Amino acid sequence: MTIADPVLQGLIDSLNAAYGLCLDDGRLEDWPEFFVEDCLYQVIARENVDNGLPAAVMYCDSKGMLVDRVVALRQANVFPEHFSRHLISRAVVTGSEGNTVTAEASYAVLQTRNDGETRIFNAGKYVDRFLVEDGAARLVSRTCVYDTHRIATLLATPI
Amino acid sequence: MNTQVRVEAQRSIPTAIDYKVYHDPEVFAAEQRNVFKGRTWCYLGLEAEIPNAGDFRTSHVGETPVVLVRGQEDKVFAWVNRCAHKGATVCRSLRGNQADGAFVCVYHQWAYDSEGTLVGVPFRRGMKGVGGYDKDFDPANHSLEKLRVESYKGMVFGTFSSEIEPLEDFLGPVMRKYIDRVFQRPIKVLGYSRQYMAGNWKLYSENSRDSYHGALLHLFYPTFGIYRQSQDSAGELAEQGFHNVFTVSKPKGDIDYTSFGDEANREMQGATKLQDERLLQFRPEIDDDVGLHIQSLFPNVVLQQIQNTLATRQIVTLGPDKTELVWTYFGYADDDEETTRHRLRNLNLVGPSGLISMEDGEAVELCQQGTIGAEGKFNFIEMGGDDVREYYAPMGMDENAVRGFWKGYLELMGDALSASTAEVPA
Ligand code: FES
Ligand SMILES: [Fe+2]
Repeated sequence: MTIADPVLQGLIDSLNAAYGLCLDDGRLEDWPEFFVEDCLYQVIARENVDNGLPAAVMYCDSKGMLVDRVVALRQANVFPEHFSRHLISRAVVTGSEGNTVTAEASYAVLQTRNDGETRIFNAGKYVDRFLVEDGAARLVSRTCVYDTHRIATLLATPI
Repeated sequence: MNTQVRVEAQRSIPTAIDYKVYHDPEVFAAEQRNVFKGRTWCYLGLEAEIPNAGDFRTSHVGETPVVLVRGQEDKVFAWVNRCAHKGATVCRSLRGNQADGAFVCVYHQWAYDSEGTLVGVPFRRGMKGVGGYDKDFDPANHSLEKLRVESYKGMVFGTFSSEIEPLEDFLGPVMRKYIDRVFQRPIKVLGYSRQYMAGNWKLYSENSRDSYHGALLHLFYPTFGIYRQSQDSAGELAEQGFHNVFTVSKPKGDIDYTSFGDEANREMQGATKLQDERLLQFRPEIDDDVGLHIQSLFPNVVLQQIQNTLATRQIVTLGPDKTELVWTYFGYADDDEETTRHRLRNLNLVGPSGLISMEDGEAVELCQQGTIGAEGKFNFIEMGGDDVREYYAPMGMDENAVRGFWKGYLELMGDALSASTAEVPA
């Protein structure tokens, strides 16, 4: 395997780390800013991906839709109070063309509800496409392919 | 103070159910016998999930694991996933294709055909004259436990009961009419999600029949300035009471939600505008204006069309406080790519992350947690009356279908649900 450009690697890993912390700190309003305007974000079961089936539990194909999710979470949706904690692996860069880079990284999202116990809520991998511009990376698409196909209660906070 | 109480036996009735039904392991065991293995047809899956000979998927009837298989002659079979030798799980995958139609238990390699009949036993005559089964051993007596299977419009149901009426009669004309509506054209499966709730299956069954909570628990629509109560809605029940369907027709003209704001106790924020309205876009594709169709078929499935989402939700009862909901999403076979993408966008509304429905999973768990230790205390289901009616419109502020569920449930449970003692002021 080839070693990815360390600058590129650093850009992507930094974005992933900041992305995880943004959600875990509850700064949901900042989360859409990791994406370009014309983006795709989806959370889909690995059993669907492996069988060529497209249904996702979240499917947002515009930044506006990400904002709508955040507004709904803040104002409308009812879910167990919780903290999330993202553990994200170093990214593996799978390709690059012009200023578009593709990469994958493993993640585990731990969840702590009011009973105080921390459980593995969702484990899987990010399959990503980034736009690298002006020394920064932004997400063109992020597909969260989750192994944990039995979702505990419900999945409210983005992965 | 000397408050006198006397202890009295009280029975659950459709308007007042003893909370113990959500917790008691004996009630749970009795339900497996009387409801899931009793006189009911349980949903097993869609024919479209197993289109080819040898295709199978694992499923459940209550807590019992079963396998649904399409045999060589296009017939669909179902059997309990439990080896007739020592009870091992025979089929270990969620789904797949068994091209030769043989299901072999890995433990001692007993082999079954797609109907569940035992067709091979290794070393049946022993090895070099030693061991083996007695000459009276008849494989015909050692098949997998088979279910009776019938389909309606591509929905496959199974039963353990030999006396039950045919599936079509169990569903009845009203329920069939609505199933016909969704399955008006061939479908294709779009995928699955599985949602695990730390709650009793009946809490979910009540929830899907409860039209009272819709506009109060789920605040997505009002948050974005869309209040839907002024639309045409109706509820219909099957004769037994335990199947029901809700329909809501597409809004006609402007909708206003001031009346909602006056009545609801949760604070309403000023309407926020949706950034991407494609999320809610509805393209009528069935010959009516119905934008919401939620149909609960006792005991274990909900069929839905909400906007352009189509799905079945299968209820798997894993324990008194363990319920899995298996969502199977589908579209029509002739959908083009753009239509599929539209359905995927609409799917944001439903399922475990559903913007208009995710709260249901939380509601089930809240009721489970809240009723711990409440044996002998009763819920209160009198919104809209204390009777069970076969038709009502509008269907909003009424628990008619919840009472219908309990009416049918209590009939099936009979004496299995013994009376509880309750403390009553003397
Ligand atoms: S348990 Fe299945 S062959 Fe022995
Ligand atoms: Fe609901």
